[in-house]
Amino acid sequence: MSARDEVLSRVRQALGADRTTPDEVVRDYRQTDGRPAGDPELLELLVDRVEDYRATVLRCSPAEVGATVRAALYQGLGAGWAAGDVVVAPGLAENWRPAGCDVDDDRPAVQLADRAASVTAVAVAIAETGTLVLDGSPACGRRALSLLPDCLVCVVTADQVVGSVPEGLARLDPLRPLTMVSGPSATSDIELQRVEGVHGPRTLLVVLAG
Amino acid sequence: MTATVPPKAPTFLGLPTAPRGVGHLRGDQSFPDAARGALRDGQLRANLGHATSTIRGKRAKVVDELPDWAQLREAGRALKAATMARLDEHLEELERQVTARGGVVHWARDANEANEIVTRLVQATGTTEVVKVKSMATQEIGLNEALEAAGLDVFETDLAELIVQLGEDKPSHILVPAIHKNRAEIREIFARTIPGVDPDLTDDPRQLAMAARTHLRERFLRARVAVSGANFAVAETGTLTVVESEGNGRMCLTLPETLITVMGIEKVVPTWRDLEVFLQLLPRSSTGERMNPYTSTWAGVTPGDGPQEFHLVLLDNGRTAVLADEVGREALHCIRCSACLNVCPVYERAGGHSYGSVYPGPIGAVLSPMLTGVEDNASLPYASSLCGACYDVCPVAIDIPSILVHLRAEHVEAQERPTAEAVAFRGLSKVMSHPRLWHLAQRASRLGRLIARGRPTLPNALPPPVSGWTRSRDLPTPPKETFVESWVREHGS
Amino acid sequence: MKVALFATCLVDTLTPSVARATATLLQRLGHEVVVPPGQSCCGQMHVNTGYRREAVPIVANHVRAFAGAEAIVAPSGSCVASIHHQQAAVARRAGEHRLADEAEELAGRTYELSQFLVDVLGVTDVGAYYPHRVTYHPTCHSLRLLKVGDRPYQLLRAVRGLELVELPGAEQCCGFGGTFAVKNADTSTAMLTDKMANVLGTHAEVCTAGDASCLMHIGGGLSRLRAGTRTVHLAEILASTEEAVTPDQQTRPAVSA
Repeated sequence: MSARDEVLSRVRQALGADRTTPDEVVRDYRQTDGRPAGDPELLELLVDRVEDYRATVLRCSPAEVGATVRAALYQGLGAGWAAGDVVVAPGLAENWRPAGCDVDDDRPAVQLADRAASVTAVAVAIAETGTLVLDGSPACGRRALSLLPDCLVCVVTADQVVGSVPEGLARLDPLRPLTMVSGPSATSDIELQRVEGVHGPRTLLVVLAG
Repeated sequence: MTATVPPKAPTFLGLPTAPRGVGHLRGDQSFPDAARGALRDGQLRANLGHATSTIRGKRAKVVDELPDWAQLREAGRALKAATMARLDEHLEELERQVTARGGVVHWARDANEANEIVTRLVQATGTTEVVKVKSMATQEIGLNEALEAAGLDVFETDLAELIVQLGEDKPSHILVPAIHKNRAEIREIFARTIPGVDPDLTDDPRQLAMAARTHLRERFLRARVAVSGANFAVAETGTLTVVESEGNGRMCLTLPETLITVMGIEKVVPTWRDLEVFLQLLPRSSTGERMNPYTSTWAGVTPGDGPQEFHLVLLDNGRTAVLADEVGREALHCIRCSACLNVCPVYERAGGHSYGSVYPGPIGAVLSPMLTGVEDNASLPYASSLCGACYDVCPVAIDIPSILVHLRAEHVEAQERPTAEAVAFRGLSKVMSHPRLWHLAQRASRLGRLIARGRPTLPNALPPPVSGWTRSRDLPTPPKETFVESWVREHGS
Repeated sequence: MKVALFATCLVDTLTPSVARATATLLQRLGHEVVVPPGQSCCGQMHVNTGYRREAVPIVANHVRAFAGAEAIVAPSGSCVASIHHQQAAVARRAGEHRLADEAEELAGRTYELSQFLVDVLGVTDVGAYYPHRVTYHPTCHSLRLLKVGDRPYQLLRAVRGLELVELPGAEQCCGFGGTFAVKNADTSTAMLTDKMANVLGTHAEVCTAGDASCLMHIGGGLSRLRAGTRTVHLAEILASTEEAVTPDQQTRPAVSA
C-alpha cells in the first residue's frame, strides 16, 4: 500500500465507521466592524495600531501621494537619498513614483537586496490589527520586493481600509501569494523583549491617502 | 543517529505511533527526575519566571481587547472538531488543489519516511545547504539530524532556533525555543560561535538580533532550498500559511528555487474563511500581539514570484493514533500558540527540557504520550497539578486537564501486572464504597496518633510514598474522632 | 432548608473542625443540617490518579449515601467540582448509565459552601466576627471549574473585625494537585515555596481558602517553616462569632488537629 493510501486508511480507521457528526460551526463573532471601508475612524484606528508597532504613518490627500512618498523616503533613508536607491512595484501608479526611481522587472530576486528602499501599494489594510496586505499584483509587486530592501514604503488608500480581520480576508484572493505585514520585522526571542528589525525591512513607512 | 530496533513497534489504540529511535518526542529521563535537576537551576527559574510573566501580561491585554474572544474561541474549537471528523476528505482536497497549482504532494507515514523524502528532494537539487524556517514538525521528526547525516548543511534561521543550534542545545518552548537562556548567555553563545562577530557585541537584545541578521543575510541570498513547516493549509484552495515575526520565514519562502514544506496532517482547515478565526486567535494567544509582523500565504507555484518548485510533505507520525482516541483527539486541535506553557505553573518551574519532547508544557504532556503511545512517555500525564490554567487560555478550548486524567487511566489500564499503587487504590476503592470498612479504616488511621506522641503533626521521617509529602510539608496528626463519628454520637444516625 | 453535609473524606478524617464549622454556620443561619453516615468520598482521587474504573463503586456509594437529599453542601471546591464534572462521566464510561443519571441529578443539587451561601441562601453577611488579618487563596478548582468568582471575597468582606489583604499571584496553583504532590514532589514543593512566599509577604495571620486539601498543603509547608501564619478554612472563619470563637483563632502551629 502506498504511504498516501495507508495514511488515509489510518484516518478512516481512527474515525471509525460511525463517525460522530460534530456540532455545526457557529460564526457569531464579529463579521464586520460596523463601519464602512474608509471611515475616518477606521483610518485613525489604523494609524494608531500601525504606530503601536513602531512604524511611521504619513497622512496626505489623494493628490499628494507622490510628494508624501518622497517625504517618507527622506525620513527612512535620510537627506542623502537618491531615486536610484529606490525600487518600486511595476504597477505602482506613475504619479506615486519618485522621479528616476528603479522599477522592478524580472531580474533575479536577490538583486533587490542592493536597493535601499522599495515602494509598493497594498491590496487591503485591516485597521483593528494594523495590518497591510500585499497580494503580488503589479501594484504590490512580487514578494521579494517588499522583503529585501531595508526600508519599505507602502501606500494605502482610504477605500482599502477595513475594520476587521474577516472583512480583510474576504477581500483577498487566496490563490495569490499574500504577505500580511503588521509593523516592521521583529523578534521577541530574547527574554520576550520586542526588538524591531531583524531580517525583513527594519523601517516601515505607511503613506495613508485620504 | 543509530536507530535502535525496538522489540515491538509501539502502537496506541491499535494504530502505529511515532517510531522509536528517530526524532525528539521521547526523553531519556522521567519527568520527575528531569525536573529535579531543572529545579536546582536558579538561573533557569529566573529566566522562565521573567519570560512567562511578561508574555502572560501581554496576552491578557490583547485578548481582553476583543469583545468577541469567547465566540472566536468557540468557533475555533468547532472548526477544528469539524475538520477532524472529515480529515480524510480535507486531505484529499488539499492534495488536489496543491497539485492543480503546480505543487507536489508527498505522504509520510512516520518520521523516517518524511526524513527520507526531504533528504531525497534536497539532494535532487544538487545543493548542499538548506535554510530552515522554525517548524515544530521538523523538530519533531529530527529532520536536521537526518539531513546532516546525509552530508547536508542545515541553517536554522529563526533567532531562537539559531541560538539553540549554535549553542548545541535543545528547544524548550514552542514559540520561543531559547526562553531558558538569558541575554548574557546568548551573547556568550554568539561571541563564541558566529565567525567574524563583532568582539564588542553586548548583551543588548537589539545588538544580538543584528548580529543574527548579519550572520544569516548571505545564507538567505545564496540559498537554493528551504524547508518550512506550516501553520495552516486551506483544503479548498491549496493555500499554505506561515505565521512569523522576523522575516526569516519570508526569506526562506520567497528566495530559494525550491521550497519543501513539512506539515502534520492535522494542520489542514477546510476553507479560506476559516483563517479569519485562526488569524485572530493565534497571534494574540502566542506572542500577545494583535497580529504578528508577517503572515505569508501561497498556493502552489506562482510564476515569477517565489520558489518555482514546491513540495508539500503530509506527515502522520502518530497523529492518526491520536485521532483514534475519542477523548484525546482534541489535542490535534492545537495551533501551537504556546499560551498553555506560559500560564502553566509546572512548566514555569520545571522548564521545557524536563518534558523530554519538542512539545513541552501542558499540550506536550498530552500530545507527546499519544504520539508515542502512553507507555513511552508514561510520566508526562502526571506532570500537572490539574490546576486548569491551560484550558482557560487555550484559544481552541482544548480541555487539557481532562485529557491528562484520561491518559493517566490509559496508563494504569495498560499495566499487565498490578503495581503496588494499583493494589492500594483498588483496596481503597473497596473500603470507600463500603461505609463499615471506611469507618474501620478511618479508625486505623488513628494509629498515626501513636507515632505523633501528642504533637499536632506527624514526624518528618516516614516511609514512601508518604515521605514524598513529609520531606517538605508537615502532615497533621489524625484527630481522636472523625466528624461523622462525633455527629452520629451527638445526633444519632 | 434541610441541608445534607458532605464532609469529604479528607476533612472527615483529618480536619473534622472544618465540617463542624460548616454545620455550625448553616445551623446559625437557621437551616437544618443532616450528616448522612454512609458518606465517604466523591472518588476524585481515584479518577485523577488514573483509577476511573475503581472510582465507580465510590461514586455509587456517594449517590447511595445522599439519595433523596434536598441540597448537599461540601466545604471543598475540588470535591464539588469532581461531583459536577467527573462522577457521571466515569460511571457512563463504565457502562453504568443509571448510576450516571443519578449522579448527574445529585450533582445538580450539590454546592460548594460559598456558592451555596451566596447563590442559594442569598446571604453575604453571615454574622461572623473574626478579628484577624486574613488573605484568601482562590483554589484552582473553585476558581476555574466551579467559577466561584468573588463570592468568597464578598463573604469575607462582610466579616466584622476581619482585615482582608490581597494575595499576590493569587490565581497561581499552590502545587497540591492530589497525588501530584507526591509523584512530582519537587515541582510541587517549588510551587508551594512561591505560594508561601506570597502568603508571608502579605503579613497575614491567616491564609484561608475553600478547600481543605490545598490548605493542608500550604499549612503543612508553613508549619514546617514555623512561619507563624496559619491556615484556616473559610467555613471556620464564617462560623466564628464574638460568642463562639473557634479554638483555631489562637496563634498555634498552622496545622492543628
